[in-house]
Amino acid sequence: MYSFEYQHPTSVSAVAAALAADPDAKVVAGGMTLIPTLKQRLAMPSTLVDLRDIPELQGVRAEGDSIVVGAMTPHADVAYDTTVRDRIPALAYLARHIGDAQVRNRGTLGGSIANADPAADYPAAVVGLNATVVTSSREIAADDFFTGMFETALEPGEIVTAVRFPVPQRAGYAKFRHPASRYAVVGVMVAQTAAGVRVAVTGAGPSVFRVAEMEQALAGTFSPDALAGITVSPDGLNADIHAGADYRAHLVTLMAKRAVVMATG
Amino acid sequence: MTVLQNPAKSTGIGAPVKRVEDYRFLTGRGRYTDDMNKQGQLYAYILRSPHAHARILSIDTTEAEQAPGVHAVITGAEMKAAGIGSLPCGWLIKSRDGMAMKEPPHLPLAVDKVRYVGDQVAVVVAETLNQAKDAAELIAVDYDELPATVATGTAAGATGAPVHDEAPDNVCYDWEWGDKAKTDEAFARAAHVARLDLINNRLVPNAMEPRAAIGEYDRGSEEYTLTTTSQNPQLIRLLLCGFTMGLPEHKVRVVAPDVGGGFGSKIYHYAEEVIVVFAARKLGRPVKWTAERGESFQSDAHGRDHVTHVELALDEQGIFLGLRVNTIANMGAYLSTFSSCIPTILYATLLSGQYKTPAIYAEVKAVFTNTVPVDAYRGAGRPEACYLIERIVDVAAREMGIDRAELRSRNFITPDMMPYDTPVGLQYDSGDFQRNLVDALEMIDYAGFPARRAESAARGKLRGIGFASYIEACGIAPSNVAGALGARAGLYDSAEVRFHPTGSVSVMVGVHSHGQGHETTFAQIVSERLGVPMDKVEIVHGDSARTPFGMGTYGSRSLAVGGMAMMKAIDKVIAKSKKIAAHLLEASADDIEFADGTFRVAGTDKTIGIAEIAGAAYVPHNYPLDELEPGLDEQAFYDPKNFTFPNGTQICEVEVDPETGVTKILRFVAVDDFGRVINPMIVEGQVHGGLVQGIGQALLENCVYDEDSGQLLTGSFMDYAMPRADDVPSFEVKTNEVLCTTNALGVKGCGEAGTIGGAACVMNAVCDALDIAHMDMPASPERVWRTLRDKQAAPLAAE
Repeated sequence: MYSFEYQHPTSVSAVAAALAADPDAKVVAGGMTLIPTLKQRLAMPSTLVDLRDIPELQGVRAEGDSIVVGAMTPHADVAYDTTVRDRIPALAYLARHIGDAQVRNRGTLGGSIANADPAADYPAAVVGLNATVVTSSREIAADDFFTGMFETALEPGEIVTAVRFPVPQRAGYAKFRHPASRYAVVGVMVAQTAAGVRVAVTGAGPSVFRVAEMEQALAGTFSPDALAGITVSPDGLNADIHAGADYRAHLVTLMAKRAVVMATG
Repeated sequence: MTVLQNPAKSTGIGAPVKRVEDYRFLTGRGRYTDDMNKQGQLYAYILRSPHAHARILSIDTTEAEQAPGVHAVITGAEMKAAGIGSLPCGWLIKSRDGMAMKEPPHLPLAVDKVRYVGDQVAVVVAETLNQAKDAAELIAVDYDELPATVATGTAAGATGAPVHDEAPDNVCYDWEWGDKAKTDEAFARAAHVARLDLINNRLVPNAMEPRAAIGEYDRGSEEYTLTTTSQNPQLIRLLLCGFTMGLPEHKVRVVAPDVGGGFGSKIYHYAEEVIVVFAARKLGRPVKWTAERGESFQSDAHGRDHVTHVELALDEQGIFLGLRVNTIANMGAYLSTFSSCIPTILYATLLSGQYKTPAIYAEVKAVFTNTVPVDAYRGAGRPEACYLIERIVDVAAREMGIDRAELRSRNFITPDMMPYDTPVGLQYDSGDFQRNLVDALEMIDYAGFPARRAESAARGKLRGIGFASYIEACGIAPSNVAGALGARAGLYDSAEVRFHPTGSVSVMVGVHSHGQGHETTFAQIVSERLGVPMDKVEIVHGDSARTPFGMGTYGSRSLAVGGMAMMKAIDKVIAKSKKIAAHLLEASADDIEFADGTFRVAGTDKTIGIAEIAGAAYVPHNYPLDELEPGLDEQAFYDPKNFTFPNGTQICEVEVDPETGVTKILRFVAVDDFGRVINPMIVEGQVHGGLVQGIGQALLENCVYDEDSGQLLTGSFMDYAMPRADDVPSFEVKTNEVLCTTNALGVKGCGEAGTIGGAACVMNAVCDALDIAHMDMPASPERVWRTLRDKQAAPLAAE
C-alpha cells in the first residue's frame, strides 16, 4: 500500500469540497474493492475520503411506496432490516447472499453500485426493481446509471447518497454463485413493478442488462414456463476459467426461471 | 460415580482428551513466526519474476539502494559470489537406463534466468516493509522473454526453450517400477481390459498461516538463528548448514514456533530461509520476511499434477490380473526438497492398493515446466495412486456389469494373507479390508440406495454413490532401505524424556506439530506409561536448540516413528527407575513391578511413586551411586522396521442438479483402520480435515496456468476455490482397530487418510450419478453441465 492522507468528513458537502480540492483523492465507502486494490499497490490515491461519519448516508427508511437505502448502509443491515424483509424480500435475500459475513458487515450499497463490478449483486436489484440512484447533485434512473464494466453515469466528484427502491408487486432474485469468490456468475432479479415486468441480469455480461424478450413473456404470463425457449446469446457475455459464455447464457434463463419461482412462491 | 484411582487413566491412551493447544490457538495466544519481532529487525521484500521464462540480461539496483530506509539490495549474483549453494533435492531417482535424474541448480535468487512467475529475482531489506516495497519498484530488470513450457502432458521434448539446459528435453527422469514382462503376460490372457486416461489436477496447498522467516546473526558469538514456518526445523538446519550456506551447525539454531498448517508445503527448504539468514549476516540485524497470500500462491510448492494412462486386466470373474500405469509428473521449474520421490517411491509402490493384483508395472516420466515447483501435498503420491486404482476399478465394474462393492470384495487381500508382499515392493503387515467395506456399506445403507436414487430422480436430480477403498504407507522407513532407494536423509526419529526433580516431565521430540495436536496425544502416552498426570507433562518441539535431532512431521509419521522413539526413551526411564526403586525398597530389581506410576516389590505392599524416584535421582543421598548415574533423563532414537499401512473404505452419496451442474454431497461415511487410536477426537478431526481436502480436489480446487504465457490464473482466493464449511457434509466416521504389528504402539497414522481416498470416493460417486465412465477433476458445475450436455448430444450425433 502506498501512503495517503486520510479524511473522514461529516457531511456530503465536505466530501465534495475535499474531492474538488484534490483531483487525486478517492472516496472510500466499505472498501471491499478499494482496500485490496490499495494493498496490491494497484492504485495510488493522494487522499482517501472516508464516508463512514456522514449520518445522512446511513440507514434504511420507508418513504411512501418506496424504500430508501442510504449509500453507506452495509449489506447486513439491508439483509436483516424488517421493513426490507417485509416489503421487498427479494432485496433482503440478495443482500444476505453477497460475499461472506465480513463483507456483508463492511460492504455498502453505495460502494457496490459506484464500483459497478460486473459480477456484483446489487446492480441487478437497482435495475430489476427500477430504483432511482440519488447522488450528491441529482437523481439518476437505474437504466441510466450503469454504463459499462466498472463504469457509471457518476461525474467526477459526484457521490451516491442513497438508492430509492419502489416496492414491487412481487420480485425474486436467483444467483449462481462463483465457486471461489461467491460473486454472481449470473444473478437475475425478476420483478413485477408499476413500470411493468423487469428482468435484470448481473454477472453474465460486462455490465448489468435487461432481457426484453423475457420481460414481454412474463408480462403475458408471470410463470417460469413463460421463459421456456427464451435464451440470451452468448456473444459478448463474460467468460473465465469457471464459466464460459455459453454456460452463462444457459444460466441466465435458468436463474430467471428460478427468480420467477421465488417471486411467485 | 466411579472415582478413578489414577488421574492419568482418564487422559490415557484411547481417551478423547480435549487438545491442550486449543486454549492458546482459539484465543489468539498462539505464537507464530510472524508474531515474533526481534530487536532492531529489518524487513525483506522479494522482487519476483513477472515472467514464466526469461533471461535476465541485467539488474540495475542503483536507484533502489538509495531509496529511503534501504539497507541492502541483494541479487543472485551477490549470493552466488558469496558461495551460497543450491537448494538441494533429498531423493535421488535413477532413470530406467541407470542414469541419475537431472538436478539443475536451484539458487535461492535467480542468476541468469527466471523459470516461473514468482521466481526470486532480488531482495530489498529496509527499515519498514513499505520502504522495501517502494525501493523494489526502483529495481530495473531487463528480461529477454523465452517461450514458456507449461502443460504437463506435452512438456517432454517440447520445442522452444528448455526449462534447464541440463535437461534439453525437459525430462528429469524416466523411471519404471514393477515387472513389465509378467504384467504383459497378464494382459495377454485377460478376458477384459479396462482403460482410462486421467488427470490428477494440480493443487495449491494454502496453509492458513503463510510462510515466514526471520534471520538473526550475532557478530559477537557468531551464532545464527532462523525462525521459520517449518514442519521440520532440524532438517532445515541440516540443509542450511550442509548445502545452501555451509554454516557451522553448532552455531545455528532453527526454531519453528507454532505452525499454522502445512500439508507438506512447509517441509521444504525454501529460498527465503537462506535469504533472511544471508541478509542478517550481511547487515548484522535481524531480517524478517512474511509471505503475502499472493506470494504463497506463487511460491509455496504445489501438489499433484499428473497425467496418467492406466489399464487394468481382469479375468472372466473380474479377478484382477495385472495393472499398467503410465504417468507424466510435473516437477515444476526446479526440484523441491522431496519432489522426486513423490511420483515414484511414494506412488508406484502403492499401486497394489487393497487388491491382490499379481502383476503391476508403472512408468513415470518427471518433467520440468515453467511453473512453481511441485512436491508433497497431504498424501503425497498416495492419493494419486489411490485415485487411479479406485477409478479404474469402477470403470472395470461398469464395463463388466459387476457391482462395485462386489468387485472390490472379490479382489481384496484377506487378513489370512498378512503379512502380504505386494508386487510393487511393500509388505503390508495387517488390515481387514473386507470388514471396513462391509461396515461402511451398512453405515450408508447401500441396500437402500436404489430407492434413494429413485427419490432424487423424482425431483429431477441425479444421485450417485461412490467408494474408495484406500491403503497408504506411512512412517516411511527403514532408513537403510530408503537409502538404497535413493533417500539422502535418514528416516528415524528421536525423543528425550526428562524427569524433573519435583516430578514433572519434559519430553523433547524431533517431530513437530503444525496442527496435529502432538502436545496432547504425546502427553497422553507419557501420562499413561509413566503414571504422571497429564498436566505435569510438557511436549517440547520445533526448536533445534531444545530437541534431539529428528526428521520432523510429514507422511503421517509422527506417532509411528516419533512416538515410538518416545516409547523407547520412556522404557529407558522405567528401567533405570526400577533400579533406583530396588535400591530404595531394598529388593532386587528383578522383583520390582511398575504400574500406574508406582513401583512395587512383587507380592508385597512395599511401594514407591515415580515422582519420589525422580527426587532421589536428582538428590542422590540414598542412591546406588556405584552402579547408576544420578538424574532421570533418557534419550532414544528409533528407526522403524517397516512402513505402517493405514487403510479403510469411504463411501459417499452425491446429488447432481443437472440444470446447473452443481454437485452436493449428501452423506459421507469413512471406516478407517489406523491401528491403535490414542485420541479418538483428534483422529476424527484429522479424518474430517483430510476428507475436506479430498473433496476440495474433487469438486473445487484447481490450479490453472495460462498455457501460453505461463501466468498463474488462479493466483488468489477469488479464482482458486477452496472448500468451505457449507461445501461439505457432516461426516460419519468409525475406526476399526487392527493393530500394526511392526511397532509396539500398534499405531498406523491418520493424518493423510481422508485425503488419500477422498477425491476418488467423490469422483466415483459423481461418475455414478452422471452414468459416465469418467470425467476429470474438479467436477465443477460448469464441467458437469458440459459433460451432461455432451452426453445428451452424443447419441444424436451418432444417428
